[in-house]
Amino acid sequence: MNKYEIKAIILSSAVLAIFFFAILYNLFARKIDVPACIPYDAAFQQSAVKKTDDKHYEVYVIAKMWTFDPAEIVVDPGSTVDFYLSSADVVHGFDIENTSVNMMAVPGAINKVTVQFNDYGTYRIVCHEYCGAGHHNMMGKVMVMPTN
Amino acid sequence: MTISDSYRKTILTGLFMPMTLFILGAYNGVMQTLYRAGVINQNEVAGINYYQGLTMHGVINAIVLTTFFAVVFGHVTMSHYLKKEPPKWSYKISMVLMVAGTIIDTVLMILGKAQALYTFYAPLKNSPLFYLGTSLLIVGSWIAFFGWIQVYTAWRKENRERKMPIAVLGTFVNFTMWFIASIPVAYESLVILLPWSAGWTNDVNVPLTRMLFWMFGHPLVYFWLLPAYIAFYTILPKVSGGKLYSGNAARLAFLLFLILSTPVGVHHQFSEPVMGQGTKLWVSILTYAVSIPSFMTAFTVGASLELAGRKRGGKGLFGWMGKLPWFQSGNYLVGYFLSGLLLFIFGGLSGIVNASYALNQMVHNTGWVPGHFHMTVAGPVLLVILGMSIYMYSKVAGKRIRFLTIVTIVPYIWMIGVALLSHGLMAGGLMGEPRRTNLGMTYTNPQSDLFNSHWIPSTSMAMIGGILMGVAALLYFISFFATALSKKTAVPQIELPEAEELHEERPVRLLHNMRPWIIASVVLTLITYVPSLQNVFKYSKPVPGKFSTDSPVNETNIHNNKTAADEKPD
Repeated sequence: MNKYEIKAIILSSAVLAIFFFAILYNLFARKIDVPACIPYDAAFQQSAVKKTDDKHYEVYVIAKMWTFDPAEIVVDPGSTVDFYLSSADVVHGFDIENTSVNMMAVPGAINKVTVQFNDYGTYRIVCHEYCGAGHHNMMGKVMVMPTN
Repeated sequence: MTISDSYRKTILTGLFMPMTLFILGAYNGVMQTLYRAGVINQNEVAGINYYQGLTMHGVINAIVLTTFFAVVFGHVTMSHYLKKEPPKWSYKISMVLMVAGTIIDTVLMILGKAQALYTFYAPLKNSPLFYLGTSLLIVGSWIAFFGWIQVYTAWRKENRERKMPIAVLGTFVNFTMWFIASIPVAYESLVILLPWSAGWTNDVNVPLTRMLFWMFGHPLVYFWLLPAYIAFYTILPKVSGGKLYSGNAARLAFLLFLILSTPVGVHHQFSEPVMGQGTKLWVSILTYAVSIPSFMTAFTVGASLELAGRKRGGKGLFGWMGKLPWFQSGNYLVGYFLSGLLLFIFGGLSGIVNASYALNQMVHNTGWVPGHFHMTVAGPVLLVILGMSIYMYSKVAGKRIRFLTIVTIVPYIWMIGVALLSHGLMAGGLMGEPRRTNLGMTYTNPQSDLFNSHWIPSTSMAMIGGILMGVAALLYFISFFATALSKKTAVPQIELPEAEELHEERPVRLLHNMRPWIIASVVLTLITYVPSLQNVFKYSKPVPGKFSTDSPVNETNIHNNKTAADEKPD
């Protein structure tokens, strides 16, 4: 290995260090994080949409072959939503378009992510993990509109 | 070197059989792009449904073809460099197990008894025999490795002063890493899933099976890739007319793969519950680290090619690129290697996106992911497999390559096809297009309520790429099988182009001893996976669940109800 080889290694490490700094910046300064772990409890096997205060919802979603329960979730514009996700049968995916919500629904485990919906509209939820013959029919919706 | 009859037959079987199955694998790949573009709005074509076809495409192309190639290429490199045949028991038993496992899996996939994709995620259930077949294939590849260790030990005794050849080091690194990484999946398949699928147990800890799968699933991609790296370091500099820029750099790159390949599997699970954020961040760092040997390879192989281009009269900053032996039928291997390397630039860079912790949320399980890995596994990996398979077949069988012009242009058509396919998949992925989904039934079918017009241009682009890849594959098959079925014209032998090193470098002791690297690999794997395992047991519970792909009914319950009914007194 000569000096050019060493330079190439240092340069590529430096590029990766910059990328890693970008990850840390987004994680700590902008709070962009991966889904969180919640210890499993059978109580999460009950779907629900709870409005905890003016601008805050807790949504408990159960993915099952081949639908989401609830299939349509309505929230107020500008609200913050905690999604708790589990599966009643096999592994499913849960990807809400135009948001950073992208999780796996795994039986025997609970996935959690928090997201804010500012813009009015319908956001499709697509199951993106193969879950059997009806996988391509499995879609839900988040509708952001005034609820009262 | 000339070889015995039985060794020759083993090598030829190991090349011919997976290539025959690859016809099925490639056909199903092309079909998927037609379904996804909405050209086909059906569940199945010619008796193979979309997901069954996807399972075949994954299992045949990514496990069967790649494992056979790694073993056969390993046999050829060992024998070429050490001038010995491995012990007969090892190559015979290895090939018999691999062929048997493959036949079991193929029959089950054709019958539709195994269609839970190549990741076989529980609680979707395959026939218990599928898990057995896959295990036989993997164990078969171990046995070839055990034979090489014996050959190498004998060679070492006779050649105390010589360095371990780079190709031998690469092969040993690859199979050591493969052996370590396939223990978890062997445990998953044989201890957890096989009894569960056979009906002897009911509960399954799904997060545990997923963790064990990806402990194997990511090293698997390096297992595909390292034979290609061996070819880039030890064959490409020779056939392009240059020399290997640095042998020590090549050794270091391989050894870094040995320590970093296994502990990075968790980066497939960034979107899952159960693994803690700390583990995920740590694995992001490790995955960045494993890209360093690839950056080094880009530099060393690039420098070796530049030497070749300049020797051929290339001038200026980029002039040497044009002087490389593109499109030369006497030197067709170069086309396969260069096309693969060009794709791999983009394959590697897109992989860094996937590795980047929360950035993965934008692309996880969307079309982006197959877009990325088609530029790796269907890029350098497959192109080296195709180029070297026909090369080795013609040498070992002693046959002249038929339709040499076709063989020469195939890699370029393939490269353009992959570029279009991956561009379509990645563009669609950024718009949320899911992978592993029969889009033609709903999302790209104007008759459906779920129709999404945004995904039409991207899936159409992927389809054009897929068709081009299909054309390239068809042309290749014509030439490969015409060669394989032609008459013998020369003495069968094992022979590989052998690159020289540019400088005689001072040997670095650490780069000639695998032991510390193996220990580091095990330690790093433990540091990563002990906390992961603790998380699995802390955050998840086993659930009773067993599902066929075509029904939402839990078979565990049916079974329990039946037993309860049977036990009721009349």
